[in-house]
Amino acid sequence: MLITALSFPEQLVLTLAALILLSSFLMLAQVRLDSLINVFALQGLLLFAATVLMAFISGKYHLLISAALTLFLKVFFIPGQLRHLVVRLDIHREVEVIGNPSLIMLFAAGLVLFSYYVALPIRALSLLSTRNTIAISLAVVLIGMLIVISRRKAVTQVVGFMSMENGLFFAAVVSTYGMPMVVELGVAFDVLVAAILFGVFFFHIRTEIGSLDTDRLNRLTEVER
Amino acid sequence: MTGWLLAMVQTLCVVLFAPFMAGWVKWLKCKLQNRQGPAPWQPYRDLLKLSRKEVLLAVTASPVFRAAPYVVFSVTVVAVSVVPIVSVQLPTAALADVIVLVGFLALARFFLSLAGMDIGTAFGGMGSSREVTISSLAEPALLMAFFTLSMNASSTNLSTVISHLVQSDFILYPSLIFSSMGLILVAIAETGRIPIDNPATHLELTMIHEAMILEYSGRHLALMEWAAMLKLTLYSVLIANLVIPWGVAMTLAPGDILVGIVAVACKLLVLGALLAISETVQAKMRLFRAPQFLGLAFILSLLGMMSHIILEVG
Repeated sequence: MLITALSFPEQLVLTLAALILLSSFLMLAQVRLDSLINVFALQGLLLFAATVLMAFISGKYHLLISAALTLFLKVFFIPGQLRHLVVRLDIHREVEVIGNPSLIMLFAAGLVLFSYYVALPIRALSLLSTRNTIAISLAVVLIGMLIVISRRKAVTQVVGFMSMENGLFFAAVVSTYGMPMVVELGVAFDVLVAAILFGVFFFHIRTEIGSLDTDRLNRLTEVER
Repeated sequence: MTGWLLAMVQTLCVVLFAPFMAGWVKWLKCKLQNRQGPAPWQPYRDLLKLSRKEVLLAVTASPVFRAAPYVVFSVTVVAVSVVPIVSVQLPTAALADVIVLVGFLALARFFLSLAGMDIGTAFGGMGSSREVTISSLAEPALLMAFFTLSMNASSTNLSTVISHLVQSDFILYPSLIFSSMGLILVAIAETGRIPIDNPATHLELTMIHEAMILEYSGRHLALMEWAAMLKLTLYSVLIANLVIPWGVAMTLAPGDILVGIVAVACKLLVLGALLAISETVQAKMRLFRAPQFLGLAFILSLLGMMSHIILEVG
């Protein structure tokens, strides 16, 4: 659907979709844990704004409940929890070494193109005016996966994982006006529980191997070789 | 005929306005940093003083070194003349599109870096090498941003792009937001402002633009500096007229032209103020961080193009 045929709130949703994609790219580029968590919270905020707008465009006001959950969980609770963890584990100034950053960014750009082609047939099935954003949400999921793959530290992998969930949620909102309420509540509580469990898990990993570097979980011996 | 006359007068006015733009940014920056600061028209005095001074040439200087200031200055003036500034009814705009415009800027940069290397001093060579590194990273981002704008209007002609934006109803194009962000980052890098280069310093290890023109004196230096101010004004005009195109005259009626002049002057002054603020709140980056900065510019431009393809058409 041409953007000229859309109403202004719908154009705003498209812009928010593009900004969510940008925030994924920013997360991929961050080297510091502090700023990574801040960008993650920003992505949650953009997601909240997009959901609220979608609720008013479609007149399906149950989306407002999902939006409120997003605001509470992904903007305040989970980032707060992660910040707290980062301070307690004393890794907030940690600079992560990842592969060649520009190469990873280009790879992410390739993922966006890939999801565009994958989403083309799905787009043809949807009748919603915001169906063009399906490709964007798929790209957010894939970039979240790329964040998980390209990072070594457990905390950043968790942020990548949560960002994947953001992408899925966004896909549900823009392509079918959200999932059934039961599913959405379930997912929200899963995420909540996951955030708490991950927190406990970090401490376990650290006491077991003395580091949060998940590469070291691959080694079977306890002695350094 | 009026069109050609307008084009000439407009180019002349911008060439004369450029030192004020540079002085305005400097003056505001000084005020923001609680310093007295030179008056905004100080660059005119500097240029006048330099043009009266004797030209000193190194014994190793080749004709390229002597020709470079004239080439750089005149190419920049030609680049300014093809950009619609006050009105889109510009006959010169039909001569060159955005790709040629980027080519003009590249030509000026080529001669600037040749001149930097010509004398054979360490600083000149270092400055040229840095300039070329930065521009090789900035140019793809700049072109990508321009391509996105052109795809929106289905034309690479600047006049057509601007009139397409002004004449259609207001539409929030995500692609335009991204490509203008990319364009702004590229403009900061290309005009040698903080955080890429500091125009106020002659510190050996950090300077880029100043290192290349270190050996120039007299009227040659005046032309080089004037060309740099002109480049700043050119990029500001591009940002002003492509990002906020409203106010540009669609016809050659005197009323429209007057509105166009006032609009572009206001936009330039506001952009100058924003530049002064951003330079005050930021510190210069290490040179090795510059590829990251320009990588962000490229990603923004790329996202602009992709959001055009994914979100806006089809």
